[in-house]
Amino acid sequence: MTRLFTSSFSHIILFIGISIMVVPVWMIFASSTHTSSFIYSHGLQFFIGDSFHENYLRVLLYQGGFFKEITALKMFFNSFIMATGVALLSVFTSLMAAYALVYYRTKYATFLFWLIFVTILVPLELRIFPTYSVMAKLNLVNSYFGLIVPISASAIATLFFRQFYRTVPDELLESAKLDGANTWRFFIDFLVPLSKTMIIAMFIFMFVFGYNQYLWPLLVTSSEQYWTVVMGLKMMSGSIVHRFAFVMMSMVPPVLIIIILQKHFIKGVFQDK
Amino acid sequence: MSFLDLKNITKIYPNGTKAVHETSLSIDEGEFMVFVGPSGCGKSTLLRMVAGLEEITEGEITLDGNLINEVDPSERDIAMVFQNYALYPHMNVYNNLAYGLKNRGIDKQAIEQKVNDAAKLLQISDYLQRKPSMLSGGQRQRVAMGRAIVRNPKIFLFDEPLSNLDAKLRIQMRLEIKKLQQKVGVTSIFVTHDQTEAMTLADKLAVINNGVIEQLSTPIEIYNNPKSLFVAGFIGSPQMNFMEGELKNKTLSAEGFEIKNVKSDYNGEVTLGIRPEHLSQSDNGLINLTVDLVEQLGSDNLVYGQLKDKKDFCYRCPGNLTIKKGSKLSLNIDNDNYFIFDKSSGKRVN
Repeated sequence: MTRLFTSSFSHIILFIGISIMVVPVWMIFASSTHTSSFIYSHGLQFFIGDSFHENYLRVLLYQGGFFKEITALKMFFNSFIMATGVALLSVFTSLMAAYALVYYRTKYATFLFWLIFVTILVPLELRIFPTYSVMAKLNLVNSYFGLIVPISASAIATLFFRQFYRTVPDELLESAKLDGANTWRFFIDFLVPLSKTMIIAMFIFMFVFGYNQYLWPLLVTSSEQYWTVVMGLKMMSGSIVHRFAFVMMSMVPPVLIIIILQKHFIKGVFQDK
Repeated sequence: MSFLDLKNITKIYPNGTKAVHETSLSIDEGEFMVFVGPSGCGKSTLLRMVAGLEEITEGEITLDGNLINEVDPSERDIAMVFQNYALYPHMNVYNNLAYGLKNRGIDKQAIEQKVNDAAKLLQISDYLQRKPSMLSGGQRQRVAMGRAIVRNPKIFLFDEPLSNLDAKLRIQMRLEIKKLQQKVGVTSIFVTHDQTEAMTLADKLAVINNGVIEQLSTPIEIYNNPKSLFVAGFIGSPQMNFMEGELKNKTLSAEGFEIKNVKSDYNGEVTLGIRPEHLSQSDNGLINLTVDLVEQLGSDNLVYGQLKDKKDFCYRCPGNLTIKKGSKLSLNIDNDNYFIFDKSSGKRVN
């Protein structure tokens, strides 16, 4: 009897928590499927209306911005390029940096590592003007390259990979050496497959991080051609249902990435060996 | 020139520790060499220098006529079995065995042939598709050996490969390693701190202490004729009994007894060593033992007791003798089977 009570009690708590998180999202979605005049007169809706196709298609293809040069579709494309670029590049650089820090007899390796680590304390927002100035001088303003590169060095990911490499037993390296593997082969054949789950976890983190960027893309792009989804959230004008539809769609890419990779994600973050 | 030659090898670690001290030794082709010694004596360091995993501070190592001091481990054509096996956790058994061959650019069919042959030899054919985490200790051990065999290297190196196994499996694997080595005929070096393993496996045994080879010979010669106090104490189980004494004009006087006509011209303080198995009971023997404890092993009894001066002493007798706790035994040394060592230097003097 007590067990039944405690288990139903915890379920009720869970249910309340989930409701608090899901209901607003659901209401935005439901409302985005009505016509705007209906929303203005009846308020937010809980049930789905019949303007789904009309609203979402219009938002995707509407020429927005001041110069009417950008569509939501293009923003999704830009965001996707940027998020993927940031994720790939930061995972790649962190893997390599951690490899060099752990496996090469670099002088002051620990000091160098902490130097990298300290950059966590200096976020992009703090160094945004010098960074912009560098990008401007390199003529990389208004380019995907300029969007991606300055935020693609991740101290956190380097920390994760470094800590993981340090748990890999030395005998594995020695054994691989005797089996004829050079340092590069050891990296490719051993460390990369062994850290697969962690690579995927870091990829998701960095993808979402790149996707959520607002200030940097705002600064480094003056052409509407390079607007990203998060910028669009602020910039898009239009009726309330179209904004709702845009908000709903903006959630899709990160959610999709997590759904697809979640199995590895959980394994990666909570890996115990 | 022999197959593997170590000439005046010295290893000093960056922190100043001297692990190996001017060690020279040579191993013939097909020979099974065992390095034995207590932990930290430098035996593993010596092995790792042969493998190329440690830099050599001084000295030369030649393998098959070539100086290999500066040769990268991957180019030395040496295979090593590690204490914790160091199997590749993300590869299945087949790929564990095949990896070294792939790196040598051998074609796929030949690899398959070699891996299957090695697997058959080691009876691991059924596990080829499994990951190491799904294997038992003994199976992992076999895979580690397979990885060494499959490459047909110039030398096998074993770094205490049996110490992670349980007692029964250890004895079984010990036999298999010996059989395998005889079958494949590859020159091998085996490092262990277990003197039984060392005795049973070795064609030649190097007893190492504090970075120096104390004695290098066949196991039985080392057992019968230990050159120093350390070797005498280390080889043999249960350990040799030691007692203090003085040697003067070919007469040894120890606590409570004398031995005359000792074959030595040494005069001075000495340590007398007698193996527990070289004693037998007699009516008026040299040594009087008060029994504290009897370990019955079945075939043998190990009798532990004290001498007059309260010193511990062990006597091994056949298992069919009944000896009671508290009884007094009178023991004689069989056939002059005793060893006398200089007390200060530990060198053998008889």
